[in-house]
Amino acid sequence: MSTDVQTPPPVRPVAELREVQGPSALGGGSRRFFDLLKLISVTEFKRVYFGTVLGYLWSLLRPLMLFGVLLLVFTQVFRVGSNKVEYYPVFLLMGIVLYTFFSEATGNAVTSVVSQEGVVRKTQFPRAVIPLATVITSLFNLILNLIIVLVFILAFGVSPAWSWLLFPVALAFLFVGTAGMAMALSALYVRFRDTAIIWVVAAQVFLYLTPILYPVNALGEETKERLLMINPLSVIFEQVRVWVLHESQAPTAVQAAGGWAGLIPAAVIYVGVVAFGAWYFNREAPRIAEAL
Amino acid sequence: MSVDDKLTIQPAIPGAPGPDAPPAIRVEDLHKAFHIPTQRVDSLKERAVHPFASREYRELRALDGISFEVRQGEFFGIVGRNGSGKSTLLKLLASIYRADAGRIQIAGRLAPFIELGVGFNQELTARENVVLNGVMMGLTPKEVRDRQDAVIDFAELHDFADLKIKNYSSGMLVRLAFSVMLQADADVLLIDEVLAVGDAAFQQKCADAFHQMKAEGKTIVLVTHDMSAVEQYCHRAMLLADGEVQYSGTPAETGHEYLKLNFESGIAEAGLGGGESDGVKLLSCRLVDVAGEEAMTVDNRDPIRVKAEIELRQDADAVHVGFTLASADDLAIFEFGELLTREAGFDLTAGKRVTVTATVENRLAAGRYFIHCGIHSPSGIALYIHKATSFVLFNSRDTRGLLSLDSSVEVEVREGKR
Repeated sequence: MSTDVQTPPPVRPVAELREVQGPSALGGGSRRFFDLLKLISVTEFKRVYFGTVLGYLWSLLRPLMLFGVLLLVFTQVFRVGSNKVEYYPVFLLMGIVLYTFFSEATGNAVTSVVSQEGVVRKTQFPRAVIPLATVITSLFNLILNLIIVLVFILAFGVSPAWSWLLFPVALAFLFVGTAGMAMALSALYVRFRDTAIIWVVAAQVFLYLTPILYPVNALGEETKERLLMINPLSVIFEQVRVWVLHESQAPTAVQAAGGWAGLIPAAVIYVGVVAFGAWYFNREAPRIAEAL
Repeated sequence: MSVDDKLTIQPAIPGAPGPDAPPAIRVEDLHKAFHIPTQRVDSLKERAVHPFASREYRELRALDGISFEVRQGEFFGIVGRNGSGKSTLLKLLASIYRADAGRIQIAGRLAPFIELGVGFNQELTARENVVLNGVMMGLTPKEVRDRQDAVIDFAELHDFADLKIKNYSSGMLVRLAFSVMLQADADVLLIDEVLAVGDAAFQQKCADAFHQMKAEGKTIVLVTHDMSAVEQYCHRAMLLADGEVQYSGTPAETGHEYLKLNFESGIAEAGLGGGESDGVKLLSCRLVDVAGEEAMTVDNRDPIRVKAEIELRQDADAVHVGFTLASADDLAIFEFGELLTREAGFDLTAGKRVTVTATVENRLAAGRYFIHCGIHSPSGIALYIHKATSFVLFNSRDTRGLLSLDSSVEVEVREGKR
């Protein structure tokens, strides 16, 4: 051992002193941020995919089972939507798959920072990676589920259209909104542990306040349609219906809201949620490790 | 090669970077306080019901104006008692906490090893965690994938590489964490209490790794309670107490200060008390320092001085006041004392108070010691107080046994016949 000590130390390149700012939501270089984001979301996806016996099948079966039940209820029992939508089963499945992305991503994000305690309390890394990675993991699930949706769409005879190319735009809006919500929830949960319980209920409410089970035009009243369009998710889901299913009787989001002015509340809420999520997470990020 | 006491106190540290070496860590006037709510408001309902309750905070000042500098290539030790703020300092350096005020500057990449580990995700396998941590420490995913086998091998966890971390034993976890930290090839390493755990083989591995890193000229900050580790590896050390830098200097001196600090606050049972018999009363028996003031600890560089005050209750021609120095497990080490006689001019009549101060050469090793006090006379006075007082001796030299003696060794190496 003593021989080790006596070898002359090789000259290491002299590094410059850099200011240490402490933990933050984004700091530490964009390359590392995206490396981590990719690594964590892919690892998590693989874990779910290969971790259980049925793996990916479960994440597919869940929306499919919900779809089956709801399809039965709404076509055989209530018949709210079936006559107002040309391809009700496709409309329902697409809505459920998109909603599953939203509820799964936000639901997992709530506890994400706290459950990663071991990493947060011992390692320095941009904190925003954690909630964003859960959203991306859910996005992978969504993309796989969308393949099933595509199969349904073609099977039910919806003809391909140029407006399909607009679908990624809707998806981008959904993704950004979900990410904003995920950031807000994960940071709130560090401080207020009842966020998780509240969100379970709130997410359920969103299922009914978004035209997923029923189409907007089934409401029959203009006021109700306009009220529904206050929910940013309604706007996105309705546009998806218009672009993908391109039925003649489906009102566009603008029409349902009664003109562009009717979309202002939804736009304000959407921008508000995303801005609040980013601002609040950024504010809390430096102190998350202490508050755990 | 001679082992000299002076060498231990003022070590000629091999490989220590000179004062002109560029700084690797510079900390200026660092402050950090934690707000501990007296009543924790964890739910929205509580917040709504008691809107002002959240303002009741108790402020805990973990760090209160810390400044220091570590030079590149230096092995720097931070010691301190529990709650002195050293873990907080480490977390601030590692960017896990944010400072309230002050500046931290670090040169190059940093790899932390905090609270016996690096951050692991319980649900992932060792292999996945190795990659994740490598990227967190600033390597690219490709670099980490190239190294992951070496990391697993170093941790001797080849057979468990694809096992989820949650199924690992604590020893396996620490091994993995330590080897993850080594792989990062960082310029600055922060290490918290790694030597306290693991079996002998792992400790040896850590020791080898430390020597290796030291030889490579890396900057290492070691936080520990283990003074022998500080003296073994560190070029320089710093003592934290109550969030402030109490001492900064050579490892041996810092260790010495640390021991002093450690024992001074923990000793309440010194001067276990006096006692009396028909003929004599022991009023007090205590350890005193060089200035004659009562003391509870003694330095290995100072002599041991014991002061006893007795009150005679009957006349005597001669009284023997004796002390026995005993170890913590009550082994008598040395007896000393004095025979007082009228012939020598002492007035030993009833009612007189006699004070005896005895000084003994100090060759003791660190630890707790007791002093028994016995008073006898041919005329029938007899008093023996077991453990009349106790004291703690601190000695920067870490030796086993009761004594700390000077020694010298001569070594000669010759060509052998093969």
